[in-house]
Amino acid sequence: MSSNAELQHSHQPLLSARGLFCERDDRVLFENLNFQLQAGQVMQVRGSNGSGKTTLMRILCGLNDSYDGEIFWQGEPVQQQIAEYRASLLYIGHRVGVNKVLTPMENLRWSCSLQTQASDQAILQALAEVELMGFEESACYTLSAGQQQRVSLARLLLSPAALWVLDEPFTTLDAHGVSNLEELLESHANAGGSALVTTHHILNVADLQVLSLG
Amino acid sequence: MSETEPTSTSKAFVATMRRDLLIAFKRKNDLLNPFMFFFIVATLFPIGISPEPERLGEIAAGVLWISALLASMLAMDNLYRADYEDGSLEQLLLSSHPLYFMVLAKNISHWLVSGLPVVLISPLLAYMLNLPSESYFTLFITLLIGTPILSLLGSIGVALTVGLGSRGLILAVITLPMSIPVLIAGTIAVQQTLNGASLAGYLALMGAMLLAALTLAPLASAAALRISVN
Repeated sequence: MSSNAELQHSHQPLLSARGLFCERDDRVLFENLNFQLQAGQVMQVRGSNGSGKTTLMRILCGLNDSYDGEIFWQGEPVQQQIAEYRASLLYIGHRVGVNKVLTPMENLRWSCSLQTQASDQAILQALAEVELMGFEESACYTLSAGQQQRVSLARLLLSPAALWVLDEPFTTLDAHGVSNLEELLESHANAGGSALVTTHHILNVADLQVLSLG
Repeated sequence: MSETEPTSTSKAFVATMRRDLLIAFKRKNDLLNPFMFFFIVATLFPIGISPEPERLGEIAAGVLWISALLASMLAMDNLYRADYEDGSLEQLLLSSHPLYFMVLAKNISHWLVSGLPVVLISPLLAYMLNLPSESYFTLFITLLIGTPILSLLGSIGVALTVGLGSRGLILAVITLPMSIPVLIAGTIAVQQTLNGASLAGYLALMGAMLLAALTLAPLASAAALRISVN
């Protein structure tokens, strides 16, 4: 995508945070947290259980606004360009956003429609790449947790978003799925995109940045 | 990443409506519940009060309106809950399109499957409850305008409570006070036209309520959803 190539050449970090502070129930999750994520970088967010990884991800996406500090997208505060920021962002959380009554095809048609135009052909191709060929017309409640996770990961292939925010994307995947996702992260980074990933898994991705919490 | 065009808000609106309608038709129980509830409540009144046609005719408008109100509240609960639980709601909140339109799309498709069947069956129940036949049209048209208002208002309450574990009666406590003006307008319209008053004034009043609800309620729902997901 051309805009990503431009991003790579500019010196502004794609996403940066300054002095992030968050507490929950009088317990400080993190304070004075600073980081910069350049275009083309993958950053792993590490930390023990309950250290605030998910909270951080949700704060960065704009789903959670109970924090102090500043978040910048391409050098500008995100609040000032929230629509552009959301258009460049793809978030997959613990709840993967897959409706169980609908088929993978119907789910992807809808979730793509929120961001980009994707033809049925492109969706089928993405489903084939996450190895769900033959399941495209089965209701998602008949699929395993790992397969439902794969449905949500197919969105990575269809979305034009420059920034991926993935919260524990590996938990339900098998070994093959894990290596596929790692390849996907690398090719996204090579194309000038960035990703933030929380996982306890040892990420096998070149030029990996690490952010440790707690 | 792929070379793709961003979608227009109208496409996202249509896609969201289509998705919700599809889910509704795949979950037929949810689809039939409010309708059956409306039918059952309205048929219990003749048994509980009196089968005399005159007495039934007097209360018919109120009975049908209250049943429609309760049916609408019963149906509201599943407007955002499944989406909240499976994470689709987060995706909706993160879309770059105005949340107003996304919420409106969900509200409209929800009304189409839960409110419209109630409106369509109402003349039959009105006949059963011996409502004077000259009021059928008024009842039908006031329900047609009134039930979308109830849905739009209910959506605010559901959006506020979707993150709570046990909701219980809190939804009713939030929604009912807002719904009462609609109930009053609807039942009075039916009573007054029976006495020979013109329907136009009541329709204008309810139309204004509907317009206000259409423009303001999705904004409130959208803000409430952002708070609930926070």
